Amino acid sequence: MNAPILKLFGLVLVLFAALAGMTSYNSVINAEEYRDNDLNKRPQIEQAQVKRGVIRARDGSLLARSVKDPEDGLYERRYPPQARRFSHVLGYDYALGIGRAGLERARNDALTGEEDEITSIVDDLRGERKVGDNVITNLDPRAQQVALNALGGRRGSVVAIEPATGKVRVMASTPGFDPGALRRPAVYSRLSRQANSPLFNRATQAGYAPGSTMKVVTAAAALDSGKFTPQSTVSGRSPIIVSGVPLKNFSNRQFGAIPLTTALTNSVNTVWAQVAQTVGRKRMQDYMERFGFDSDLPLDYPDNQMFASGVFDLKREQLIPTGSRRVDIGRVGIGQERLRVTPLQMATVAATVANGGVRMRPSITNRIVDEDGRTVESIKPQPAQRVMSAQSAGQLTQMMSDVVREGTGTAAALDGIEVAGKTGTAELNIPRSINQPWFIGFAPRSQPKVAIAVTLENVIGGQGGVVAAPIAKQVMHELLR
Amino acid sequence: MSARNRELFALIPATLLLTAGFAAVFIQRDNLLSDVSLTYGAIFLALCLAAHLVLRMTLPDADPYLFPLVAVLACFGLVMLYRLDDELAREQAQWFVVGLIFFTATIVALRRDHRVLERYRYVIALSGILLLLLPRLGSPRNGAYLSFEMGPISFQPAEMAKIAIVIFLASYLRDTRQVLVIGARRFAGITFPPLKHLGPLLAVWGTAMALLFVIQDLGSSIMFFGGFLALIYVATNRISFVLIGLGLFALGARVLYAIRPTIESRVDAWLHPFDPDLYELESGGSYQLAQSLFSQADGGFFGQGFGQAIIQLGNQAPILPAAHTDLIYAVIADELGLLGAVAVLLVYLLIVERGFKTAMLATDSFSKLLATGLTAVLALQVFVIVGGVTKLIPLTGVTLPFISYGGSSIVANFILLALLLLVSDRARREAA
Repeated sequence: MNAPILKLFGLVLVLFAALAGMTSYNSVINAEEYRDNDLNKRPQIEQAQVKRGVIRARDGSLLARSVKDPEDGLYERRYPPQARRFSHVLGYDYALGIGRAGLERARNDALTGEEDEITSIVDDLRGERKVGDNVITNLDPRAQQVALNALGGRRGSVVAIEPATGKVRVMASTPGFDPGALRRPAVYSRLSRQANSPLFNRATQAGYAPGSTMKVVTAAAALDSGKFTPQSTVSGRSPIIVSGVPLKNFSNRQFGAIPLTTALTNSVNTVWAQVAQTVGRKRMQDYMERFGFDSDLPLDYPDNQMFASGVFDLKREQLIPTGSRRVDIGRVGIGQERLRVTPLQMATVAATVANGGVRMRPSITNRIVDEDGRTVESIKPQPAQRVMSAQSAGQLTQMMSDVVREGTGTAAALDGIEVAGKTGTAELNIPRSINQPWFIGFAPRSQPKVAIAVTLENVIGGQGGVVAAPIAKQVMHELLR
Repeated sequence: MSARNRELFALIPATLLLTAGFAAVFIQRDNLLSDVSLTYGAIFLALCLAAHLVLRMTLPDADPYLFPLVAVLACFGLVMLYRLDDELAREQAQWFVVGLIFFTATIVALRRDHRVLERYRYVIALSGILLLLLPRLGSPRNGAYLSFEMGPISFQPAEMAKIAIVIFLASYLRDTRQVLVIGARRFAGITFPPLKHLGPLLAVWGTAMALLFVIQDLGSSIMFFGGFLALIYVATNRISFVLIGLGLFALGARVLYAIRPTIESRVDAWLHPFDPDLYELESGGSYQLAQSLFSQADGGFFGQGFGQAIIQLGNQAPILPAAHTDLIYAVIADELGLLGAVAVLLVYLLIVERGFKTAMLATDSFSKLLATGLTAVLALQVFVIVGGVTKLIPLTGVTLPFISYGGSSIVANFILLALLLLVSDRARREAA
């Protein structure tokens, strides 16, 4: 009977080898996938065992902190009332519940004190408790409140950036939410079903028709190409045929051969459509990409809460390259076609012109400090790209100053401070006159401290110069105090 | 060196392992090294020495490695339990004392000749079956009738029944193995046992099937039936008998699968552990298996270290359910990594090797079959629970021998060890 016993042992060997094989698969080979499984809350629990760092506004006021639950020893996020005004940009951290969003998500590694393997082993051996670092933002609570008040409960967004550094001073999106209330999952599911989408960050996620604010991009491409100067004249008669379809000026107003400066001041559609056609699809695409179109802007914000601006095919839900033959480049030049842009993108356009043609990386975070207040990482101003020459930027600044001084944007003018800007009014539903009003701009003209984009959704009869420009004025006024 | 001296030396690393393990848990928990770890080590060493002295006096020639290997597993389990809950570890330590008492009693009672068991084979078989029927008096746990509540003590009769059934089969097959082979005839390429003797085999198969239907637990049925097939194979050396048995078992399992929703849900949970509906299910869902996989994934190659696995938060429902019983292997993989888990498997494999070695050395058929059967059910039990925990097969609730918390499991497995040592002592004496 010994031979079958030996064979039986062989079988046991095979069975145990299978056990060891499955354990290897679970613990090592496929471990990554199991760790990333949505049902697996272990990584979040491990992070919740660490005291998460606080988040502060630029003036030091507290936006988020952590408290320990004595019951289970885990830390939970608490949001003071002033966090409400920063709802979207701040986001929330309920990793064991509804998840994470906003800056809380983007800066999760710093906030949880995530460190590399070696440091953590050394700390372990030294018996050091792991603590998260604190995040100090560039956000300005007073200006943010001014923006929210000015939006006045209407659906819309205000983004204000420091042009020379890319620091995000204001990022408002209305309606907002109370990050503290999301602790209850029921509140989250109610808000996520609400028709006016309060959880949606309109500043970074909403793709709006830019209207005439797009003419700033067209002008930058035109001036920088060397084919045009602010004095170059183009006929402003109306209507003209663009891509086989008649294009009219606002109120079908007729202009003769006028310089580009005048065409921007009066926002003459037919002139800028011709300019865009002359600049050409390739160069238009090139300049849009330089401004940051067609990809997510390099903001310290989660990818899933960013929308890349560009010509957007609604049916296929994807961007079409602007240089494509399917795109009506004349209308792209005046902000029509299927162009969809975010308020953050348009604030970046204004900031780039203000910064002498160099686009800076926008940043919500100012610095990361450890629990004792030592700076761990300071976010230095970083140029993303030179978009146009300083000369072109200077010419464009002059043209945009005229818009606010004597054109469509006079409502944004500040006492004693010269403002440069451009209005926009995208007509979404002409019979019912539903518009998307815009204002983008910066101030002071000579040494810009703030660049801004303001837009509102579905305003009946609303003009950018009438509805959006006054909001920009108030926010800029607060930021330049 | 004599067998017993070798055993004595082999016990030293087991005790050191226990002391070191407790020290590690203490350091992790309180950041201090207390002498309590040494106390635990000393008590454990004393228990091992007591058992060793019993062996020295009663079974001087028995296999010297079996007991130290089991001691390694036992101390390993004790450390893991202490890490989970010191109250559990204390109770488990008490069960070890009870287990060793049964161990000693078994050896003392059978030391002259363990083959007296053959005389009582029908009594043993009947009591085994009655034991299995006991839980039917109570209510099922997780859809299976595996445990029986006796006051504060929950008793798992399957642990004891597996030994009873092996004893019966070893004895029965010793009688019939010749006729099973001689009278066999070939039909359609498969060798069938003679009809006259097929009856008793079918009766055993029927009993196993009935058990499957009674206890409604696939895991322990695989254990019983696997042990049965292993014995048939060794007794007759006919693979065809095994295939017939497997076919019949598959048929029975298929019928049960169709009529019992608990089995079906176990299989569904096994195939789709991350299905949200199955995961959210109050009971009988895939939550346990999914968490088992997550905690193994947490361990990686080297593990997170003692006390680092996430088992439970505060007074909430545990994140890893049944960590001290069914899922203890997942905790081992989490805290000691793939390395520690495979080391545990290797210790079991060494025990299995010693068990089969004992069977091969034994001279009489009953002893051979007994040692083979006991070793096979032990190996199968490890396979069923570790296979379930690692998602190799559907997860069912049997204990990991000598490691999981559980009185009946400890007691039964110490009796199993005693029987193996009894066979071994006689075999090695006769061989020498």
